[in-house]
Amino acid sequence: MSAMDAAHEHHGPPPIHYSSRVSPSVLGMFLFIASEIMLFGSFFTVYFFDRVVNHGVNGHWPPPGLHRPAFVAGINTLILVTSSFTMHWADSSIKRGNRAGLQAGLVLTWLLGLTFLLTQIIEYHRLGFNTSDTSFASTFFGLTGLHGAHVFVGLTILSVMTVRAFRGHFSPEHHHGVEIGGIYWHFVDVMWIVVYVTVYLL
Amino acid sequence: MRNPFRSEEDAFRFVWLTIGYFALIVIGSLIDVWVGLGVFVVETVAIAWWMLMRNDGREAPTRQTPAAGPPDEHRILVVANETVGGAELLGVIRERAGDKTVHVLVVSPALNSPLKHWVSDEDDARSAAQARLDASLGGMRGAGLNAEGEIGDGDPIQAIEDAMRTFRPDELIISTHPAGRSNWLESGVVEKARERFDLPLTHVVVDLDADRH
Repeated sequence: MSAMDAAHEHHGPPPIHYSSRVSPSVLGMFLFIASEIMLFGSFFTVYFFDRVVNHGVNGHWPPPGLHRPAFVAGINTLILVTSSFTMHWADSSIKRGNRAGLQAGLVLTWLLGLTFLLTQIIEYHRLGFNTSDTSFASTFFGLTGLHGAHVFVGLTILSVMTVRAFRGHFSPEHHHGVEIGGIYWHFVDVMWIVVYVTVYLL
Repeated sequence: MRNPFRSEEDAFRFVWLTIGYFALIVIGSLIDVWVGLGVFVVETVAIAWWMLMRNDGREAPTRQTPAAGPPDEHRILVVANETVGGAELLGVIRERAGDKTVHVLVVSPALNSPLKHWVSDEDDARSAAQARLDASLGGMRGAGLNAEGEIGDGDPIQAIEDAMRTFRPDELIISTHPAGRSNWLESGVVEKARERFDLPLTHVVVDLDADRH
C-alpha cells in the first residue's frame, strides 16, 4: 500500500476528542440554559431600565390604571412549583425502576404545566391592558410571554417524554431523556419565580 | 463553581434555593424597600462567599469502575510530559507489575499556553505531545512493555480523568521532573490527583539530567 493510499484509507472526520467531566448532552443543555439566561437577562434589563426611568417620572409603578394580577399569578406559581415536585418524583421513580411512578409523575407534570399556561392565557384576556398601552405593558407581556413560550416548549418536551415512558422507554440505567427534560423544566420553574417576584410582587 | 443544572436532582434543589432566596427578599420588601434591598445584598454576598469558600478545588473522588482487562493483567495509567522515558519510571512499572502481565497506557498532555488554549490553537501543542508520546512508546516497547498511548487534555488532572473513563486502570503513575524543575509539582498536580481519584497512585520523580550522565 502506498503512502497516498494509506492517507486515504481513513474516511470521515477524525475521532471525537472531548475533554469534559459533564456528558455532552448535559453540557449541551447547560449551554442552552446559559444562553436562555442571557435572553431573559436582556428582557429583565429592559424591564428594570423602564421601571427606574418611569418610576422617577410619575412616582407610581406600575403606571396608574394598570393592575398586576398578583394573586392569580401566585396560584399559578404554586402550580408550577408543584410541577417541579412531580417532575422530580418522575425522575426519582425511574432511577428506582418504578415505571408507574415515572408515568404518573410525567402526566401530572404535563397537566400542571398545561394548567399554568391556560391560566396565563385566560389572565391575559382579563388584564384590561394590551402590549401597546405603556412601556410597562410591553415589558410585562414581553417577559411573561417569553416565559410562557418556554413553558410551551417544556410541555412539548414533556409530551415526548410521556409518550416514550408509556411505550416502555427509559430504565434505571438509561433515563437520560428524563434527566435532560427535568433539568429544562426546573429551569423554566426557576425563571418563573424570578419573573413573578420582579414583575408581580416587587 | 459547580454547575447548578448538572443533574435533574441539582436543578430541583436549585428551584428551592431560588424560592428561599426570593422569599426573603419579598418579606424584606414588604417591611420596607430598603430592607428588601439590604436582604438582597446580604443574601447575594453570602451566597458568593459560600461558593468561593466551597470552591477550594476539592471534589468528591472520582469513582473507579473495575479494571477492564483480564484478571492476570495489571493495567497502569502513566501520565507524564517529558519524563516518561526515564529509567526510574520503567523500573517502577516493572516492580508494580509483579507476576502479572502489564498493560500500560501512556497519556501525554498537550501542554499549551493559556492564550493559545483560549483561542483553541492546539495544533502545535498536540503535535509536540504526539512526538513525545511516540518517543516514550518506542522506549517502553523497546523495554518489552505492552504499551499504548494517547494525547490528553492540557490539564493533567483532566487528562487522567478522560483516560480513566476508557482505560480503567488498576493503578496510576504520575511522572514528574524533580522539585524545583517541575511545573506540575509546583501546581500540586500529584496532591490534586490523590484527592480526586480513588485508586493507588505512585509519584515517580525522573531526573533526566542525571540519567543522561
